[in-house]
Amino acid sequence: MTTNYHISNYCKIENNSLQVNGTTVLEMKDVLFPEFIKNASKAIELEYPKFFKMDNLSKLAFLGAEAILKNNINLDIENNIALVFANKASSLDTDVKYQESISDKENYFPSPAVFVYTLPNICVGEISIKNQLKTENAFFVFDDFKAEFMSDYTSYLLESGKAEKVLCGWVEFYKNDYKAFVYLVEKSGTTAHNKEVIQTLYNK
Amino acid sequence: MEALKQELKAKIIEALNLEDISIEDINDNDPLFGEGLGLDSIDALELIVLLDKVYGIRLADPKQGKAIFESVETMAKYIEEHRTK
Repeated sequence: MTTNYHISNYCKIENNSLQVNGTTVLEMKDVLFPEFIKNASKAIELEYPKFFKMDNLSKLAFLGAEAILKNNINLDIENNIALVFANKASSLDTDVKYQESISDKENYFPSPAVFVYTLPNICVGEISIKNQLKTENAFFVFDDFKAEFMSDYTSYLLESGKAEKVLCGWVEFYKNDYKAFVYLVEKSGTTAHNKEVIQTLYNK
Repeated sequence: MEALKQELKAKIIEALNLEDISIEDINDNDPLFGEGLGLDSIDALELIVLLDKVYGIRLADPKQGKAIFESVETMAKYIEEHRTK
């Protein structure tokens, strides 16, 4: 499907590196995800205490989204932004942690704060809450990144008038392996929105 | 009591992932919810788990929480009177 829409901004987070529109914002060596993502939040001047209460998947998705939205979008005016996210591991990283907390009957203290993140689409909710988005949203679980599906679904949302912009993302986190590729699709921009470009940016 | 309050502040910070907040930032009578630390309903549930896990206190009636979790002062007082470990 060919459309007249464009990818206006994109963000990638992987291997202790945060890139926005191809520019490296932060790169760290020999640190685990919690330390990296904390530094990444400071690098984009994120001031949102609830960020530190999120699980790893939500931190990843939230930071990827904020890295794009924070400085590029006036959310008081442009708030008809749909959210379309996907990954492979769903919320398994947190599911496992929660399971561990309830597996020992002698030490049975299930954490409500962990439990609330045992669904993958919670990360989309966190982005919506922060930015007061009351828009279309979806979270898909696929075996791998599907550029064509993301492109077609996004085009449908835009062309049917269900959204003026769509924030798309692949946010994968399991056992300290992670990758986030988040991008904003809208009318303006110079980068074409099609499956080939999306796949190229994902692979880059 | 003073030692318990200091311990409690540390455990609240750890259990609720209160980033960039130190023990010194929490006054004994600061409201934990609303204007004070700004805790939410999930935090309230975590505090109930904390009471059970660390101090062996099971709240029979969750409605008690409102008074118990008013501040570190009220929490410490309740713990001192009801702790089983």
